[in-house]
Amino acid sequence: MRKVFSRPVSLKDVPFHYCPGCNHGIAHRLIAEVIDELNIQDNTIGVAPVGCSVFTMDYFDIDMFQASHGRAPAVATGIKRVLPDRVVFTYQGDGDLAAIGTGEFVHAAARGENITLIFINNAVYGMTGGQMAPTTLIGQKTKTSPQGRKHEVNGYPIKVCEMLPPLEGTAYVARVAVHKPKSIIQAKKAIKKAFEVQIKGLGFSLVEVLSACPTNWGLSPIEAVTWLEENMIPYYPLGEFKTPTAGVI
Amino acid sequence: MALITFREERCKGCRLCTTVCPKNLVVMSGQINDMGYHPASVLEMEKCTGCALCAMICPDLVIEVQREVKAV
Repeated sequence: MRKVFSRPVSLKDVPFHYCPGCNHGIAHRLIAEVIDELNIQDNTIGVAPVGCSVFTMDYFDIDMFQASHGRAPAVATGIKRVLPDRVVFTYQGDGDLAAIGTGEFVHAAARGENITLIFINNAVYGMTGGQMAPTTLIGQKTKTSPQGRKHEVNGYPIKVCEMLPPLEGTAYVARVAVHKPKSIIQAKKAIKKAFEVQIKGLGFSLVEVLSACPTNWGLSPIEAVTWLEENMIPYYPLGEFKTPTAGVI
Repeated sequence: MALITFREERCKGCRLCTTVCPKNLVVMSGQINDMGYHPASVLEMEKCTGCALCAMICPDLVIEVQREVKAV
């Protein structure tokens, strides 16, 4: 008998601190599997955000840096410019990337920085206790929108993947989900493609990963993945929004 | 013929693995692990095909899958 599924080498053998059913663990594993498959473990530098995933440096067996809130793309830009032969990625949540870090990721994309952003979108602030995020859906109840988000008061959710393709510096933009095995396979393909885009030096790449937060959504893990499929995917459609010129990859 | 092993001390009892098994083999154990959760387990291992869907959706990398692989 042969092992067909086991822990990737790039992921340290330590337990995650995440809540039961949190999809961060799946996203971590996919990134580690891609790093293993591309054989870039010794050559990859990750930048951790502020949020639930602030301790990712404890989990990935690669060089990691922990940036100030929202500033991961700026830190990654510096690392990539000083060490252009390294593969540099950031791992950011929606409270980090789409709120306080909006300026950083938009300008990193506009400059066409040759880095990869993994953007975990769970439509809520996780670490601080479930407050409304810029990506919270209309009508979604959170700690700071107990009656549900209203567009008259709170505006509309930000669609990150839709706003990036017009910027010429972006090479690859995709949105995936990790709520069921079929989506997980597609998510891994997109993350691998984003890393390959960077290795080929084609420009900025971003993969948005729709992810469940059972604790702050107030649902069981199984209810949460169903809620994600029924509510998030209709508003945040999955797919590739921008790919490099045909034939390059 | 397949063998799947659960690191029961790492399982947080989220039950996502029980929803994806095509043969509904994954069940929650009656025991409680050190963290206070009922860990996932498989009782009828002989029916398992080793498709690894349960391992794929497990957020805590609890599950490891082995199976017979035909020589190419």
